[in-house]
Amino acid sequence: MKGEIYRVAGPVVTIMGIKPKMYDVVHVGNEGLMGEVIKIEGDKATVQVYEDTSGVKPGEPVVNTGMSLSVELGPGLLESIYDGIQRPLKVLQEQMGDFIQRGVTADGLDRERVWDFKAVASVGDVVEGGDVIGVVQETMNVEHKIMVPPTVSGTIKDVRSGDFKVDDTVCTLEDGTELSMVQKWPVRLPRPVTKKLMPTKPLITGQRILDGLFPVAKGGTAAIPGPFGSGKTVTQQQLAKWSDTDIVVYIGCGERGNEMADVLNEFPELQDPKTGRPLMERTVLIANTSNMPVAAREASVYTGITIAEYYRDMGYDVSLMADSTSRWAEAMREISSRLEEMPGEEGYPAYLSARLSEFYERAGCVHSLSGEEGSITVIGAVSPPGGDFSEPVTQNTLRIVKVFWALDAKLAQRRHFPSINWLTSYSLYTEGLSGWFGENVSPEWVSLRNNAMDMLQQESELQEIVQLVGSDALPENQQLILEICRMLREYFLQQNAFHPVDTYCSFDKQYKLLKSISTYGDKAMIALESGIPMSEILALESKDDLAKVKFEEDFDGVLNEVLAKMDKEFAKLGGN
Amino acid sequence: MTKEYKTITEIAGPLIFLEKTEPVGYGELVHINLPDGTTKRGQVLDSSADVVAVQVFEGTGGLNEESGVVFSGETIKLPVSKDMLGRILSGSGEPLDGGPSIIPEDRVDVNGASMNPYSRMPPEDFIQTGISTIDGTNTLVRGQKLPIFSGSGLPHNEIALQIARQAKVPGSDEDFAVVFAAMGITNEEAQYFMQDFEKTGALERAVVFLNLADDPAVERIVTPRMALTAAEYLAYEHDMHVLVILTDITNYCEALRQMGAAREEVPGRRGYPGYMYTDLASLYERAGVIKGLKGSVTQFSILTMPGDDITHPIPDLSGYITEGQIVVSRELHRKGIYPPINVLPSLSRLMNSGIGDGKTRDDHKAVSDQMYAGYAEGRDLRGLVAIVGKEALSERDQRILEFADLFEDRFVRQGRDENRTIEDTLSVSWEILSELPESLLTRIDNKYIDKYHPAHKSN
Repeated sequence: MKGEIYRVAGPVVTIMGIKPKMYDVVHVGNEGLMGEVIKIEGDKATVQVYEDTSGVKPGEPVVNTGMSLSVELGPGLLESIYDGIQRPLKVLQEQMGDFIQRGVTADGLDRERVWDFKAVASVGDVVEGGDVIGVVQETMNVEHKIMVPPTVSGTIKDVRSGDFKVDDTVCTLEDGTELSMVQKWPVRLPRPVTKKLMPTKPLITGQRILDGLFPVAKGGTAAIPGPFGSGKTVTQQQLAKWSDTDIVVYIGCGERGNEMADVLNEFPELQDPKTGRPLMERTVLIANTSNMPVAAREASVYTGITIAEYYRDMGYDVSLMADSTSRWAEAMREISSRLEEMPGEEGYPAYLSARLSEFYERAGCVHSLSGEEGSITVIGAVSPPGGDFSEPVTQNTLRIVKVFWALDAKLAQRRHFPSINWLTSYSLYTEGLSGWFGENVSPEWVSLRNNAMDMLQQESELQEIVQLVGSDALPENQQLILEICRMLREYFLQQNAFHPVDTYCSFDKQYKLLKSISTYGDKAMIALESGIPMSEILALESKDDLAKVKFEEDFDGVLNEVLAKMDKEFAKLGGN
Repeated sequence: MTKEYKTITEIAGPLIFLEKTEPVGYGELVHINLPDGTTKRGQVLDSSADVVAVQVFEGTGGLNEESGVVFSGETIKLPVSKDMLGRILSGSGEPLDGGPSIIPEDRVDVNGASMNPYSRMPPEDFIQTGISTIDGTNTLVRGQKLPIFSGSGLPHNEIALQIARQAKVPGSDEDFAVVFAAMGITNEEAQYFMQDFEKTGALERAVVFLNLADDPAVERIVTPRMALTAAEYLAYEHDMHVLVILTDITNYCEALRQMGAAREEVPGRRGYPGYMYTDLASLYERAGVIKGLKGSVTQFSILTMPGDDITHPIPDLSGYITEGQIVVSRELHRKGIYPPINVLPSLSRLMNSGIGDGKTRDDHKAVSDQMYAGYAEGRDLRGLVAIVGKEALSERDQRILEFADLFEDRFVRQGRDENRTIEDTLSVSWEILSELPESLLTRIDNKYIDKYHPAHKSN
């Protein structure tokens, strides 16, 4: 089927002469630029084109592929770096140099690479969608399960182990269907599951304020909104680095090229805290920077979540970071306005809310078709204009997600990192996860956490008084609360992402650190009540020593020394 | 190719619409011959089989239905050559200095192509600007885009010029160039820049593009693209380290809004087009370093925030694209402090990769964080002092309050020609930090205190 171009206006091209279906991928123009049908009107159809359309003329040919935008799923996804429509950036560089030219197609998966396929199903087995027919060791620690595509079922006629390329046939069914290691899946369609489950395990991130105060569950959803410069990207990258998931999908959606370069440079060097292998071996990166075509940016989050779903179906815990969903929403707005659609709030299309919820709903803890338990945790950064959380993207996101990490420019300005505001943030998983914390961290953990939250709440109220009358006017026990909160903020909540030790803090360390601060608080309160002057309690050296324990390689050793010193110092003061 | 159409059906603002053309490429360059013999240039914005819309760079004044339109068959290209250095060109690339036209070594599409993120080299070479508030607390690195967010009446031009004069990578002597693009600034401001370039000899190493306040607004849309194309050419074909100064981004965005309105587009926030983020990104993202190539493009744009409002769409969208910002403060300016850079809202995102042992000094980050924390708290305390008086503050708070004053007076304030090395900047930092009790220096590892604190440093 061949048609021709009727009109070109930036990334939106109107075609005529063919009858495509909605969301069909078409190639437009002499260079065959890739695009997707987004509107059909009479004999004309509107296409959003994923590449620059300069110089494209009316009358140039259009070819319909008849397929909707799909990704290739199979071994070789890990360690890859893709653009928004799954073209490997490395291949693009080899083919067209340092700048992205257009009209280049590239397979998502390397066709030449040979994999050692081990069949686990046998001839005569009856298989259906999701069943595992064999495995491939994709990277040192990730075993890639080759599954029957969700829409296929039958009896195996032939299956063999051996060295294969991704599109070689590894299995044949009685009805003649040939299965290879690669399957295609349309990105806008969620991959099917048997059942969705309630999330019960926390995603351990090694970030004290997140794990300690506002945990997200594996299979949960979280949003990080914040004005520019408040640390969204650093937080997202910390999560990508240290989350205890099996697979990480990181989508740089409309963000900075240099930051992506930094990620591309850093991830192969960093070690996975769980396995000690390079982080890249469990990571898929999707980089569609802000100056790359806007339609591909719109597609990039779907490409990412489809890849995440594929690994979830194998029974893995996957975390997906999207930085930033606001850029995705803006891409929708830009395309919508080129279509001259009636705008909703602030020019965003009226379907913004629906699209956002469809996307976040693809997260979750599930029983896959083959009965494996897997999860996708989605963490979306939001970049509200002017840092104003009342704008549509933030508000529509908050209606869906269960965890809200509110970044605060004021905190960032005083170099309090991560600059997550402990008063406005929340997590709806704290209740559900308290059982897990009691069992795996300490029975005391939940009460320690609640205490800390209480104190910080009190601090904010006391600060209001201090603003009016000065801190000296407060009674001594309240001054002590302020001091303990300062310790909580500086010793516990602040965490240096660039410090080799402090960048990741295990639950054990988090617990001990919080416990030590609480111990000091209790002892100080007793001392104060027995009449020891405030200035002497505050002057204890062990209190200041506690500040730097988190930076120590030998955390336990140093902490025990500090605690012993604290005991001695309090004993000297008397009262305890 | 040279077919002339006289089929204009509508002229609206900077746009013309014409009918019955052969197929015309999107983004094609257009020449328009006026009845009086003059020629204007434009670009195709919307091309369909029936109607073609063209935006006219020099404005549509004098145009009528008799005017002839010629489509060039190619997108806008800039003739580039190493001989551009030392030349002054108009906002659309024509020589203004009376010199000969440039003999091109190549002709390059001004829209550029986006750099493959995989080819980018993470920027990490420290650039010393000689200004403490930048080097010490908001370090600039090669390949970064760091704009100055300023307001009207503030000395952002002086700061930009001081940076252009002083910026260098310590210990290196590599080829550098300055590309300066003026967008809608006044003749007087342009003169100020040109005189300084001439005085310091920088003009020989500079390419200047001038679109002044009375030049057509539409031309402003191509001016920065021309400048960046020239910069990329010098950087990636001639191995130069190019510093690009774009001023003023606000005028550029106004032109964008004007175009959007003329095209009757659905406006976004405050009437600016919904694609302004993408459009600005296509400028700002043209900075960086490429693996395996010697040159680099560093951007230092100037942006005046309307009403000093950092949440206005122009600074807001810019801040989401650029790698930080240097914020010029009216309050410090009123106090008579030069350069009036307020470090608190300022930020350099790439600072961490450009500082530290082997680049600047091992204690750099800790010192910077400590000063930020101290100054932020000190400024808060100033608010408190206004209510309760200094006496009501605790001893600790009084020391921090004094630190904030010292910070402004000794660290921020410097001379217009004072070129501080990074060592100077860090010594000033330690001098003022040593005025605080050591127990307050919680951001600094003990080993740095032992090594650098004036009270400990073994001579």
